[in-house]
Amino acid sequence: MTRLLEIEDLRVQFFTSEGIVRAVDGITYHVDAGETVAIVGESGSGKSVSALSILRLVPDPPGKIMGGKVKFNGEDLLQIDDIAIRRVRGRDIGMVFQEPMTSLNPVLSIGRQLTETLEQHLSSNKVEAHARAIELLGLVGISEPERRLKQYPHHLSGGMRQRVMIAMSLACNPKLIIADEPTTALDVTIQAQILELMKDLTRHMGVALIIITHNLGVVARYADRVNVMYAGRIVESGVAEDIYHRPRHPYTRGLLRSVPRLDQPRGERLEPIFGQPPDMTQLDDGCAFRPRCPFAVGRCEHERPDLEAVGPGHESACWQRDELDKGVAA
Amino acid sequence: MTMPETQTEMAEPLIQVRDLKMHFPVTDGILVQRTVAHVKAVDGISFDIMPGETLGLVGESGCGKSTTGRCILQLEKPTDGQILFHGDDLGSMGRADLVAMRRKIQVIFQDPFSSLNPRMKIGDIIGEPLAVHGIESNSADRNKRVAELLTVCGLSPKMADRYPHEMSGGQRQRVGIARALSMKPEFIICDEAVSALDVSIQAQVINLLEDLREEFDLTYLFIAHDLSVVRHLCHRVAVMYLGKIVELAPCDELFDNPTHPYTRALLDAVPVPDPTIEAGREHRLVKGEIPSPINPPSGCVFHPRCPIALDKCAGPVPELRELRPGHFVACPEVS
Repeated sequence: MTRLLEIEDLRVQFFTSEGIVRAVDGITYHVDAGETVAIVGESGSGKSVSALSILRLVPDPPGKIMGGKVKFNGEDLLQIDDIAIRRVRGRDIGMVFQEPMTSLNPVLSIGRQLTETLEQHLSSNKVEAHARAIELLGLVGISEPERRLKQYPHHLSGGMRQRVMIAMSLACNPKLIIADEPTTALDVTIQAQILELMKDLTRHMGVALIIITHNLGVVARYADRVNVMYAGRIVESGVAEDIYHRPRHPYTRGLLRSVPRLDQPRGERLEPIFGQPPDMTQLDDGCAFRPRCPFAVGRCEHERPDLEAVGPGHESACWQRDELDKGVAA
Repeated sequence: MTMPETQTEMAEPLIQVRDLKMHFPVTDGILVQRTVAHVKAVDGISFDIMPGETLGLVGESGCGKSTTGRCILQLEKPTDGQILFHGDDLGSMGRADLVAMRRKIQVIFQDPFSSLNPRMKIGDIIGEPLAVHGIESNSADRNKRVAELLTVCGLSPKMADRYPHEMSGGQRQRVGIARALSMKPEFIICDEAVSALDVSIQAQVINLLEDLREEFDLTYLFIAHDLSVVRHLCHRVAVMYLGKIVELAPCDELFDNPTHPYTRALLDAVPVPDPTIEAGREHRLVKGEIPSPINPPSGCVFHPRCPIALDKCAGPVPELRELRPGHFVACPEVS
């Protein structure tokens, strides 16, 4: 069986005045048809860049995809020409960005932005496109779609705009939607509405979803599988239950312990991760998490661990991965 | 503790907010500006904060929580109502008294990028208020005090020579905290003080705020939208919706027995970082969006979205009533 999306050893670098930033430093993962995969990490971990590179949307310069493969239905998207990638964008793979105000065109009506996609990719005529646009707005729960089509982005609230973005990403029946922090700018009651909507629609239509977020609660609620990123690499990967209940990387463990939680008794004190995130221009050959890691040993200084299996479908990039298992069990 | 004076002092709230209203005019017209409407950002709220207490103020964007903080800081002139600090009305104070009072009331803002002057060194940012208020007029003393404050906030004294752009977000937020502390305040308003930080750094700053509260007997008004952070830090919590307080209760009471339909909806919407719990949780989504504060719904402002709304909810505005000791709720339909 071919995977829907297979990313192999993807490398993206940014050439900045301060030096070369290895924003994505050799990541490998896959997404199967219809599943929801989360990419979790903090600012600067490379989670957004890794997703933008799938559609070759990383601004060049300063960014450059240095190597690797992004196979979508068996075809390497990094090798095809510019015309071919434009056909994939918005048709086979949809995108939902964080800030719906800056990702919608402020001078085009909602209707025009929806029908443009349809006319471009599916060669629909005006009447067909109009009818489909109304259908799509209905699908994402926007009332009075006829009237909304004539409106402009500034007429709509943040939640409403994000619904329009979702309608656009769904317009051409994609196989995969990449959602980059889709609800970070929204209030929690609206966030819940949008995430429920995305979940329902992707399940119904069998669309796979890559959701990029820093919110561990959102991941727990919606993801089938999780990739945890730190300093441009995936440090742990597995099904959500394993990641949350049996984390085998010190960073994942640290993240989970540092958030206050509503489902547990009020703790005395939070356990933060010590120190600061690394300067991405100054990374050495060792493990990037080493300076903040309570489990670090001598080997972490100069040898970088690769992802290795610690259980079925569960991988960790840590020399202490087995010690950590004992630590959790105790 | 046995002295009677201390006891009376203990009983008196540090901050009293009385029927605070802040209506911003909406103007129209190019040459002649006329007021066409008012944004009712804060619409008649009252609460007390006791010395040493941390009061959480939660709600979604536009509910008026930050405006409330700005009114207490006297950065906005309230349309109506009073703000008393140690029993003195800040609104009717003269300029000189207000300047003196400002030292006692400090603020930590959300965005550590825009709240620090990019052209000033960290040492000057923290030292400037000391000079302005004539606390440390000698520059050697001032530097010593700055070094002290940096250390208290978990930064190296060497950081005094750096500029804000040379620091990470977490470090900048520590600078903001050091600046607030430089005035030896009694009361600090934390306006989304940890919201912009990554989780691993957020926990560090939350712990710092807790330590400082202990060490310097601080009183906080903690304004935030993240309910789990508020629950962790606060003694009492007020929930705001469209300019009004809909529920106010001791922290554990509020999170164990949320009563107002809006509070319940808010808590229900927060995903918990545990896939097993999430799989078994039923989510009752609150429908619709937050109405405009220019033209808020009549009666209970939440009634158009409320799952238990009755016809009468569009009628008179429900007042806060005390359901259990210290637990106030503005909904007549719940018990």
